[in-house]
Amino acid sequence: MRRNINILKSLDWFAIAMYLLLVVCGWFAIYAATYDFETSELFSISGRPASQLVWIGCAFVLAVALLAIDSKFYSNIAYIFYALMIVLLIVTIFISPDIKGSHSWIRIGSFSIQPAEFAKYATALCLARMMSVSTFDIRRPGDFAKVMGVIFLPVLIIIAQSETGSALVFLSLLLMLYREGMNGLILVLGVLAAAFFIIVLRFNAPMPEDTAEAAAVLQNYGYVAAFSLASVVAGFFIRNYTHDDRLLKIYAALIAVLWIAGFITWYFLDKSFDLAYVALTALAAGFLLLFAWGVYKFRMAYMLIALFLAMSAGLCFSVDYAFDNILEPHQQIRIKVVLGLEDDPMGAGYNVRQSKIAIGSGGFTGKGFLNGTQTKLNYVPEQDTDFIFCTIGEERGFLGTSAFVILYLVFLLRLIYLAERQRSSFSRIYGYCVACIFFFHFAINIGMVIGLLPVIGIPLPFISYGGSSMWSFTLLLFTFLRLDANRMEVLQND
Amino acid sequence: MAYGRKKDYRNRSFIVGGIFLLVAVVYVSVLFYLQIVSDEYEQVAANNATFVNTLYPSRGLIYDRNGKLIVSNKPVYDVMLIMREMQGFDTLEFCNTLEITKAQFDERIAEIKDRKKNRSYSRFKPQMFMAQIPAEQYARLQEKLYRFPGVFVQNRVLREYAVPHAALAIGSIGEVNAKQMEEDEFYSAGDLKGQSGVERMYETYLRGEKGRQYLMRDVHGRIKGSFNDGKDDIAPVPGKNITLGLDIDLQQYGEELMQNKLGCIVALEPSSGEILSLVSSPSYDPSLLVGRERSANYAKLLADPQKPLFDRPMMAMYPPGSTFKLVMSALMQQENIITENTRFPCKNGYYYARGRRLGCHDHKSPINLQQAIRYSCNAYFCYCLKGMLDDNAGRYGSTKGAYDKWREYVMSFGFGHELGVDFPNEQAGFIMESSGYDRIYGKGSWKSATVISISIGQGEILATPMQIANLAAIVANKGSYHTPHIIKNIEGEGIPEKYKEIHHTMVDSVYFDVIHDGMFDAVTQGTASIGLIKGIDFCGKTGTAENPHGNDHSIFVAFAPKDNPKIALAVYVENGGFGAVWAVPIASLMIEKYLKGQIDPRRKWLEDYVLNGVIDPRKPEDREE
Repeated sequence: MRRNINILKSLDWFAIAMYLLLVVCGWFAIYAATYDFETSELFSISGRPASQLVWIGCAFVLAVALLAIDSKFYSNIAYIFYALMIVLLIVTIFISPDIKGSHSWIRIGSFSIQPAEFAKYATALCLARMMSVSTFDIRRPGDFAKVMGVIFLPVLIIIAQSETGSALVFLSLLLMLYREGMNGLILVLGVLAAAFFIIVLRFNAPMPEDTAEAAAVLQNYGYVAAFSLASVVAGFFIRNYTHDDRLLKIYAALIAVLWIAGFITWYFLDKSFDLAYVALTALAAGFLLLFAWGVYKFRMAYMLIALFLAMSAGLCFSVDYAFDNILEPHQQIRIKVVLGLEDDPMGAGYNVRQSKIAIGSGGFTGKGFLNGTQTKLNYVPEQDTDFIFCTIGEERGFLGTSAFVILYLVFLLRLIYLAERQRSSFSRIYGYCVACIFFFHFAINIGMVIGLLPVIGIPLPFISYGGSSMWSFTLLLFTFLRLDANRMEVLQND
Repeated sequence: MAYGRKKDYRNRSFIVGGIFLLVAVVYVSVLFYLQIVSDEYEQVAANNATFVNTLYPSRGLIYDRNGKLIVSNKPVYDVMLIMREMQGFDTLEFCNTLEITKAQFDERIAEIKDRKKNRSYSRFKPQMFMAQIPAEQYARLQEKLYRFPGVFVQNRVLREYAVPHAALAIGSIGEVNAKQMEEDEFYSAGDLKGQSGVERMYETYLRGEKGRQYLMRDVHGRIKGSFNDGKDDIAPVPGKNITLGLDIDLQQYGEELMQNKLGCIVALEPSSGEILSLVSSPSYDPSLLVGRERSANYAKLLADPQKPLFDRPMMAMYPPGSTFKLVMSALMQQENIITENTRFPCKNGYYYARGRRLGCHDHKSPINLQQAIRYSCNAYFCYCLKGMLDDNAGRYGSTKGAYDKWREYVMSFGFGHELGVDFPNEQAGFIMESSGYDRIYGKGSWKSATVISISIGQGEILATPMQIANLAAIVANKGSYHTPHIIKNIEGEGIPEKYKEIHHTMVDSVYFDVIHDGMFDAVTQGTASIGLIKGIDFCGKTGTAENPHGNDHSIFVAFAPKDNPKIALAVYVENGGFGAVWAVPIASLMIEKYLKGQIDPRRKWLEDYVLNGVIDPRKPEDREE
């Protein structure tokens, strides 16, 4: 008994209050989203709101159970749990029924659960256990490779289940790795790769509103911008990692001369001259300069920057190929819609267009609870799961949406705060995993609903309808809260 | 391999938190733009989800001059169904209620689902299952409606006619076409609009004002209740009832008299210009042009060689023949060419050039004006025209000047221009301008002899039956008239100002007494004596319109009683020969019917003669046998 009282005292009630607040918001949003004007008996609870109430009840039971478990238990079972999860994921592929092309659900009686939702939990525990070992150092390539293996094994299986959205969630763990000492350059390079991809795709293609004439003399602005970006970034690398001012001056002069010459050619001689050649020439010249300098000075750093330039060029040239051959057609269209390359309000862009209309029509204060016409009348698809944010936007307006985003932000920052106050690195690493996973869901889901990101079907934690997601997120959170409650006790594994 | 002491990366928590913050700030900014700055989405949302249901007003009713309801509205009930909602549907009971067989039901459902026949088919949208079911069936269906999910009954309103008469006068309503919708934004597809007759002319009063009901509908177009609790809804305003000058009993009688004959009757009330009857024969039942059968029947009527859709009173143009002598009598006195005592000789006609005679029938000679009207003497009016155009040409400057003056008089009697009757497609008739004669004969090279036939209403003169009836009214009124009109009252509006206005001809009323006497004589002892009615003094003038295609058309204008006339009319019987044969009896029966309400039994034989009379429009030599 004494122990339990201790736990209650040391529990972070602030986080629990935020959790309850989000769950309640979510339930009302689902109630509003599934509300039917015709059967408008107020608070007659049936259908999805009723089911969600059951899921929430079960989640509370689960939360209490998690708090009752000894905190050591989590680190002890981490590896076994991870192994079992991998097996379950593989088995799922074979025994799952085909639901819209995805093989990610297991049916047990009238119940369906999605193991991928729980794989995040297992992976987080496994990483925490592995990385909290005192000899572990993420900067060591071997350790880094192990971490990557733990993360990408479930990712590959989940992609095989055709649940790309759930698989992408694991990328959020890179943020946790950064906190734990991973070289920040990896994140920067990752962001740069994404930037190259978007720039080339967005600015090389003709826009839907371009005339055929304009499209014919189109400059490959995508390449111009991407190559120039690579050249500029290489300049920063020279400055920050070699501190070689002489090289930097020569490099800058070289690029500038080439650009001026190219620009003059284009402007005064030939308007159809493609500036992408200038950008590419500048990039190639930079590469040769750095390579020669590296050989001359016999220093690895120059060679690596030269390699960066070469890789950048390679990546840019392979964007079209990757886009056309690796991505599924529906994924291509979703990306094109976000980049404004495809204007298809009745087809692929329908969901996003309708969800923007619903949110946009909410105005400042919203239409009021149960008064949303766009969501209630089924204009917005998936309105109680992935697009649940629409209902909040339409009925609560900007006041509601901004309050919601701020609430979520406070919740996420609270998780970081809790993670930072852990003495045990197991708890801290696990806490970061939880915060990053929640953040990723939050960012991707709302970004998709407001049309900033392509449609990636992942739920908004605690808000979207569904038992699997409610339980897996509760599991993630309360395991962490249990660990946090124990923070003053033994330093786990240390 | 040593990597040195593990560094403390605590500071990186701020970078991670900063990334979280950055994303949240970006999202709030985008939401600010979407929800507050841009108003595009609000409008789209309103268009998306609200649905305006038009509430149709009931169309104004039409009464005759005696307050008899002649056109009313008949509710009909169309059985509609929404396929998607037909679950737990009791097909057998449904068939029994509508008195159809299961096979018919299946066939109809198959038709509805066939996208080739029913291109707008949707499982979510109402489909017409059965149109215009009778009221009793509707009542039975309504009782059991709860047993047929997906079925509902749509009310529509059709026109109903109390009697199968006056089709052309009343006109009909039909669906608007694209052009009509463009011209008047009141209409939308499927709306009914008056397309002819009174229905068309008084459309803006009869149609009322549409109401609006704002509903919400979902992505499938299903109605989900009223918007804003119906606060923005607008109730429809029913159309205004109108009363016509038409006497529906007289109209019916006129159509019966004209059966099996081609032609028309126009009867006016001289004191007001109201149209008492407007018969165009052959006539048809107005209910033929209602509802589902409208287009098929319309095509049939259009193809009929006897042209039932041709509005003869308003659109047919004939030479006025001897009825025109009334105009001549009046204007020649006013211009002082003749007085009522002026006599002219007639030796079976008028010799206007060497060896050229305009014939006349046998009567005594010489005669004065009253006798000239009574006998319808051609020569008398030829002398009149000669007196004005040739003998007094100096007074007008020239023959041409004299003719222009003559034409001005004729025009003041309502000829040669549209009268402004409240009917579509009114024709103007034709009176030649002097420049026309100049063109034909050369300037200054024509005189009375050249154009002599206009003196007896032949030649370059055309008039509609409406204009001739109006002439009867002018003579009855002794020189003035109201523009003929069928409207008597619009609920709450009266009648248009232009029908209250009195038009004066250029002839003073004193010159009409002798004309009245001549017309009275014509009926009692002259050309029209067959029409004599005991107890009613009436005045008339026969006429014959030459017809190059067959027997001449017979014309008769009349008014009665002689003092304080209550009715003036023109009767045209195509191929009816000399006026007295058909036109006079018909006119006299119409007058008797209107003034006395019934026909004297002693004149029953005349009524039977007319009712049973059949006129074959072909020339005798063209007939078989």
